[in-house]
Amino acid sequence: MSCWETVADYGLRSIGIGERLLPREGYTLCQQFTLIGSGMIWNIYFGVLALCSGFFLATAVALGKASKNPVLRKASAWFIFLFRGSPLFIQFFFAYFLFLSLKPISPIFDPFTSAWLGALIVLFLNTAAYSGEIFYGALQSVPRGDIEAADAYGMSGWSRFKRVTWPTMLRLAWPAYTNEAIFLFHATTLVYFSGFPAWQQRGDALYYASFFADKTFNPFIPYPILAFYFILLTLCIISLFGLINRRLNRHLPQEARTKMKLKLNIIR
Amino acid sequence: MFSFCVDPASLDDLAWMACYLTTGKHMAIYTSVFTVLLLLAITAPTALAFGFLGASSARSHFAPLSWFGKAYIAVVRGVPDIAFFLFFVIALDQLFEWIRHEVKCPDWTDSIWQGNDFVVCDIAKLPLGNSPQWVHETYGFMLAVLTFAIVFGAFAANVLYGAMRAVPHNQLETAESYGMTRRQVFWRILVPQMWVFALPGLSNLWMVLIKATPLLFLLGVEDIVYWARELGGAKTARFTDYPHGDWRMWYFLALLVFYLLFTRISEIVLDKVMRKLTHGQATLAGDAQRKAA
Repeated sequence: MSCWETVADYGLRSIGIGERLLPREGYTLCQQFTLIGSGMIWNIYFGVLALCSGFFLATAVALGKASKNPVLRKASAWFIFLFRGSPLFIQFFFAYFLFLSLKPISPIFDPFTSAWLGALIVLFLNTAAYSGEIFYGALQSVPRGDIEAADAYGMSGWSRFKRVTWPTMLRLAWPAYTNEAIFLFHATTLVYFSGFPAWQQRGDALYYASFFADKTFNPFIPYPILAFYFILLTLCIISLFGLINRRLNRHLPQEARTKMKLKLNIIR
Repeated sequence: MFSFCVDPASLDDLAWMACYLTTGKHMAIYTSVFTVLLLLAITAPTALAFGFLGASSARSHFAPLSWFGKAYIAVVRGVPDIAFFLFFVIALDQLFEWIRHEVKCPDWTDSIWQGNDFVVCDIAKLPLGNSPQWVHETYGFMLAVLTFAIVFGAFAANVLYGAMRAVPHNQLETAESYGMTRRQVFWRILVPQMWVFALPGLSNLWMVLIKATPLLFLLGVEDIVYWARELGGAKTARFTDYPHGDWRMWYFLALLVFYLLFTRISEIVLDKVMRKLTHGQATLAGDAQRKAA
């Protein structure tokens, strides 16, 4: 069997297209590359959707934490503490068993027990809390002069927020938010190790990597492949977010721009 | 445990609960909390030592050593940590067994990679096949500690490397102009001063370490996650005196609360330590303290 046939059979295995049975023997390099790569589809799915939806909730949470209304402020602060103060791993477990016990109540909860929705909700809330804290920090450091200038132009309320406060907040928060995006993609590897079942062995990249490591007793091939894919993904995220960073900073002179500075990888 | 627990079926709710929560298996979950604390107590200093070695070798003027230190720090970036955890446990286990294999069975001719199997001679197995259960458990725990130390050592190395560079450079130059050697400058000037700069990063790392402890479960240690799944599952009256439905949700809620409390307490304590350390320092926080007093 040539490598192209393997790619055709297993390239989309993680979403249920192609060969049903996972390889039983041989475990060639080509098979490992293809299956682990196919698992990356799930990592990208979880990461992209959670990041895009979490962005809006994060803005809301940051504004809530900075608001003068004590109810909103307390609620946002508790939300952030709840999701930042506990391990994501435990959050996944708790959410899975919560959805599982809600299942008998109504069939509406059926999809929640599968990873594509249940885990996505947890990741969405989690990233909203982490980015909410980042945005809150940036909101606190918006220069007073910018707001005063907006006031002088007669802007207030929504238009001031939309045209001055929000873009400046994003600009200041962007380097930290890039890190958050990278960690979120890394965190997606926890999904299939935390209760959520991999239905018909359709799992993410780490699921397949550990499948191969278990079968061959040789961790030195599948995990470096996984690392290779993730480094590639990280580079893509960095360049994409770098482009956005450039756009957010385009009105500033060169030396005043916020630099992209990457911090190390952190578990949540 | 209590004397009234002889016939659980006849008890009312509160007494039933008291008996239920003190069964032998529940004692196991309480001891596994100590496993987590023990892991933290061993890992934190080990990781700090690894981090110190990594950071000082990254600063070294001997190129290969510096490359090694920098690679050690850099390699954790860009790869999910959980992959490291899964990788190191198998890799370290195989490394130890291979070393023992080379030492104890030098006349073994077969390859250790036979198809899809990893084979070493019987006396090189770790732990030995006939050793008691607790040896197996302790060995698994030690592997987990070592894995945690390697991964978190890289994080700590990064923090300490940054802190070493944050020490004002003229301090080091002054020391050199007094005729101190590089070694003396490092130990007498740099190391004592770097801790204030490292503390925010290190306390962040401590929080992260707390939140990483449930990953012990993935490394095959019977920790709180294992017991919560085990005890929470539905039990029928045939197998236990305390039948109940699927309570795993409540067990994980308890774990969630445990971790939140742990994080909160650490936050308060680390805040106090930071306030102590910044006292009298020529930093913004130190100035703020002076003004407030």
